[in-house]
Amino acid sequence: MSGGSGDAVLAVAELRTRLDAPGGAVRAVDGVDFELRRGECFALVGESGSGKSMTALSILRLLPEAGRITGGRVRLGEQELLGLPELAMRAVRGRRVAMIFQEPATALNPVLTVGRQIAEVIERHTGNRNPGKKVLELLNAVGVPDPARRCGEYPFQLSGGLKQRVMIAAALAAEPEVLIADEPTTALDVTIQAQILDLLARLQAERSMAILLITHDLGIVARMAQRVAVMYAGEIVEVAARDDFFAAPQHPYAQKLFEALPSPQKRGAELSVIAGQVPSLAANFTGCRFAERCESAWDRCRTEAPRLIPLGAARLVRCHLRERGPAAARHAVAIAGTEEVTYVAVESEPVLAEAVELKVHFPIREGLFKRVVGQVRAVDGVSLTVRTGRTLALVGESGCGKTTVGKALLRLLQPTGGRVAFAGRDLASLSGAELRASRRGMQIIFQDPYASLNPRMRVAEILGEGMQSLDVGASDQERSRRIATLLAQVGLPAEALQRYPHEFSGGQRQRIAIARALAVEPRLIVCDEPTSALDVSVQAQILNLLKELQRRLGIAYLFITHNLSIVEYLAHEVAVMYLGRIVERGTAAEVLENPRHPYTAALLSAVPMVEGKRDIIRLQGELPSPVHPPAGCHFHPRCPEAMPECRLAYPEPVRLSRTRTVSCLLYRASKVASSS
Amino acid sequence: MPVILATDVLVWLLVLAAAGYGLYCRRQPHLAAAWQRVFRSPAAMASSVALVFFLGVALLDSLHYRPALDTRPGEQKAYGTEVRSVLDLPLADLRGNTEKTYSAPLAMVSYAKEQVELPNGKMGREFPRLRFGGSHLKDASEWAGDVTRRVLAGFAASVLLFIMAALVIRRLGKRRPEIPWNAALAAVGGLLFVTGPAVALSLCYHVLGTDKVGQDVLYLALKSVRTSVVIGTLTTIVLLPVGIALGIMAGYFRGWVDDVIQYVYTTLNSIPGVLLIAASVLMVQVYVDTHPDLFQTAAQRADFRLLMLCIIMGLTSWTGLTRVLRGETLKLSQLEYVQAAHAFGVRQPRILARHILPNVAHIVIITLALDFSGFVLAEAVLSYIGVGVDPSTNSFGTIINAARLEMSREPVVWWTLATAFTFMFVLVLAANLFADAARDGFDPRVRV
Repeated sequence: MSGGSGDAVLAVAELRTRLDAPGGAVRAVDGVDFELRRGECFALVGESGSGKSMTALSILRLLPEAGRITGGRVRLGEQELLGLPELAMRAVRGRRVAMIFQEPATALNPVLTVGRQIAEVIERHTGNRNPGKKVLELLNAVGVPDPARRCGEYPFQLSGGLKQRVMIAAALAAEPEVLIADEPTTALDVTIQAQILDLLARLQAERSMAILLITHDLGIVARMAQRVAVMYAGEIVEVAARDDFFAAPQHPYAQKLFEALPSPQKRGAELSVIAGQVPSLAANFTGCRFAERCESAWDRCRTEAPRLIPLGAARLVRCHLRERGPAAARHAVAIAGTEEVTYVAVESEPVLAEAVELKVHFPIREGLFKRVVGQVRAVDGVSLTVRTGRTLALVGESGCGKTTVGKALLRLLQPTGGRVAFAGRDLASLSGAELRASRRGMQIIFQDPYASLNPRMRVAEILGEGMQSLDVGASDQERSRRIATLLAQVGLPAEALQRYPHEFSGGQRQRIAIARALAVEPRLIVCDEPTSALDVSVQAQILNLLKELQRRLGIAYLFITHNLSIVEYLAHEVAVMYLGRIVERGTAAEVLENPRHPYTAALLSAVPMVEGKRDIIRLQGELPSPVHPPAGCHFHPRCPEAMPECRLAYPEPVRLSRTRTVSCLLYRASKVASSS
Repeated sequence: MPVILATDVLVWLLVLAAAGYGLYCRRQPHLAAAWQRVFRSPAAMASSVALVFFLGVALLDSLHYRPALDTRPGEQKAYGTEVRSVLDLPLADLRGNTEKTYSAPLAMVSYAKEQVELPNGKMGREFPRLRFGGSHLKDASEWAGDVTRRVLAGFAASVLLFIMAALVIRRLGKRRPEIPWNAALAAVGGLLFVTGPAVALSLCYHVLGTDKVGQDVLYLALKSVRTSVVIGTLTTIVLLPVGIALGIMAGYFRGWVDDVIQYVYTTLNSIPGVLLIAASVLMVQVYVDTHPDLFQTAAQRADFRLLMLCIIMGLTSWTGLTRVLRGETLKLSQLEYVQAAHAFGVRQPRILARHILPNVAHIVIITLALDFSGFVLAEAVLSYIGVGVDPSTNSFGTIINAARLEMSREPVVWWTLATAFTFMFVLVLAANLFADAARDGFDPRVRV
């Protein structure tokens, strides 16, 4: 490892970890070296399966049962961790190296109070028999409001963001030297993610603690890390200081990762994709592990494994190409062209689907006779229109009701009130055969490609089911011809037909789900976060495919997402939802470039950016419960610009332009002022 | 003359169905893979050897006939009223050679002293020689040598058979090396080394003694295997359709359907099962007694009661399966592939058949295997308290019932209970081990 500065807290050298699997040992971590310096945030970036979490678990020796460390050294200060007996290791975990996990909901013990769980760590590691005061200090330090009350509460009483804060408090309890954060914000919404990242950065600065941050999100890396290591197929392929890395990534894989990120500049063009898949780590590699997917690979890459080549100070890259010198800086290439047209042309298309004052309430029942005691107002008066061949993005944090809108639009959920129309017909009044017939026009693609395909059906059966049920195609022969065409359309080989879903990767499964939706020739597809379970490179493939299908077949999308960079890349119009209502609606250019509603502005500013910096509008607190929405404007308790009258009534939507409306009192005032 | 009993028909239909399912599994890769995982477990291989043995006994015992009586030529053929099974043919000696009353295992004299005439003409009390057990021996001094010789001969035969089995298994092992054939071989060995000496001894002794009326206990135990297997399998078959249909419907349709089904099984669960079964069995018994014309032979009458017992037990014990399936279906029906099917307008019955049922099949198979042993044990308990099978039917429950009073006798008659205990223990243990392996093989969460 270069640099070799004396203040390394944690030094990992030649770490190798294997997982025993039926198909042979999987080399999950294969010779990883890095060091973590005091007070530094070091990011380990990679797609799923690259071995980044296994590296973290190997450091703490918390591997799953099938895993074992086969070689290497992990030095914490002066102590070699891999040789320690388990008993001594327990004194290291939590005391000197602490870890926080991705899913705060499962990382806390549900039957112990929050205070108890933090106190446990303190008692175990510091021998402090009376940790009550320390617990309060810690909860205060991680920004839990009213710590004295929260101390006696159980995890289920806390929201996701608070749980993650409690996790961090427990991790900090014994004042560790190193904090390992494994995707600490992946399960959280962007506004909460911004809060947690701020907290981590503050704690790191205050306590000069070293953080090993494991993430797949380059935006988070840009915001948090001082140094970055990129992992691919069990190896580190590039190490660099953050600014150097973002200015000019050196490894072809890292370069491709940047190119695959959707952004508004790439609107007119296809996203760059990385061909193929991450290779199986059970295989023996003779050459570079990335060679099969690399566009600049040549013969030598397939026969000789590259070493980590030093490039200047504290910069390493594992690529033969870089022997000829460093790569040029990354250009944020702006592709001029079609985008102006697409923004303008929005209104020219006819309305395909429409929701007017749509309401979906779920009754809360209690007691012996299931009396209705309340309503969850998941969707509370949403109006939107989707135009033929256009994409409407529905944006919002989890729990705001955006998925419910999508399902109600398809009549997968029965609306409580309002009107849903598709191609001019009111869907709410249809039933039985008519409803079934109308199903042909609209389909849905789900978030989780693992739960959306029946594991017991072959791909051919999955694709054929909808056609059979909706009488698409006159005969079986015609249907199987059509299935073959569909497979080609989504880029899967024909032999996939006879296989089962579990034989495919996540991205391939999502392609099958898209083909299934396409099978009945829909005119509208509701895409419910179709890429949020996928890696960046795979996400780019799916987004390209969706865009291509829209261009060729004129399909309209209702694109439900919380990922704003996808919205910038794909959407023509945007609707922002908060707590069951749409707060702002307009063309993508209007809403994203010049957000008017304070919530939209805060949401946009909270997204970690790869390019440049923006000022973050910090929102306090979290999304309130839709059972008891705040009186007046639902957003006023968190709104930085709230006024007294915001509490009185929900603001009526104000039309700001031909395409744009916003529900905020700020603009009613301006409108009144301008008209008077 | 062949006699076709209702349970015989059902048992053989079940064998056919199992064979059909086996063929179906071969064509379904996910099922074939699951079963391969099951048979990769040594415990499953060993227990299936034991289960095949019991099943073989039960199946041989499920081919019934009435023997032809000796008749003079020209006369019309006549058949005995007694119904026998194919199993009775190899066991004819065991069946026929009865004693007067109790005799201990391998004994050559009776278990109780009797008034006999001594050689010197006086009357005295002593242990009389048995009619059959050790009747070829001149006096007691020859006994030990004779038994040892027979045991060794039995062992020698076992060793020969074992070597043959080992050769066959080695050949199989070359074809399918991933299956733990050694465990199967060990089980076959265990079986052979017990049966070899037992067969050798049973030619001249009562290996497991005799019961109160002098019947060979080994014979009774072997005949009881069929009852246990019938109860275990048929009851499960009765409960499956009810349990599956109600469980899936409750979980899928929810609302009032769920409320009604939950109400029914909660109510059923809160009635003591034994009472319910006792009442139903008594009703059946009354029906049988008032309709003697329906049954030609006593065996058919007893068989009817056995069948009704299976149905009654099945109809009172589907609640567990329903509850588990309801929960699983609640979860599955929210999964996205089910919602996607809704979006295609797929009809409800088809969603249930294609999307729900195949995905709860592993639970059904696990329940099937676990319930089997539960029912075998339940039958013993029910027969013991007198509401189980017909008293003329051989079953472990009736053996235990007959033996219970002798436990307080001095010296104690232990072998009847011990035999019933051992046979049931082995059968239930094998079924449980197999169920365990089946659960591991089919549970998607255990999958590596």
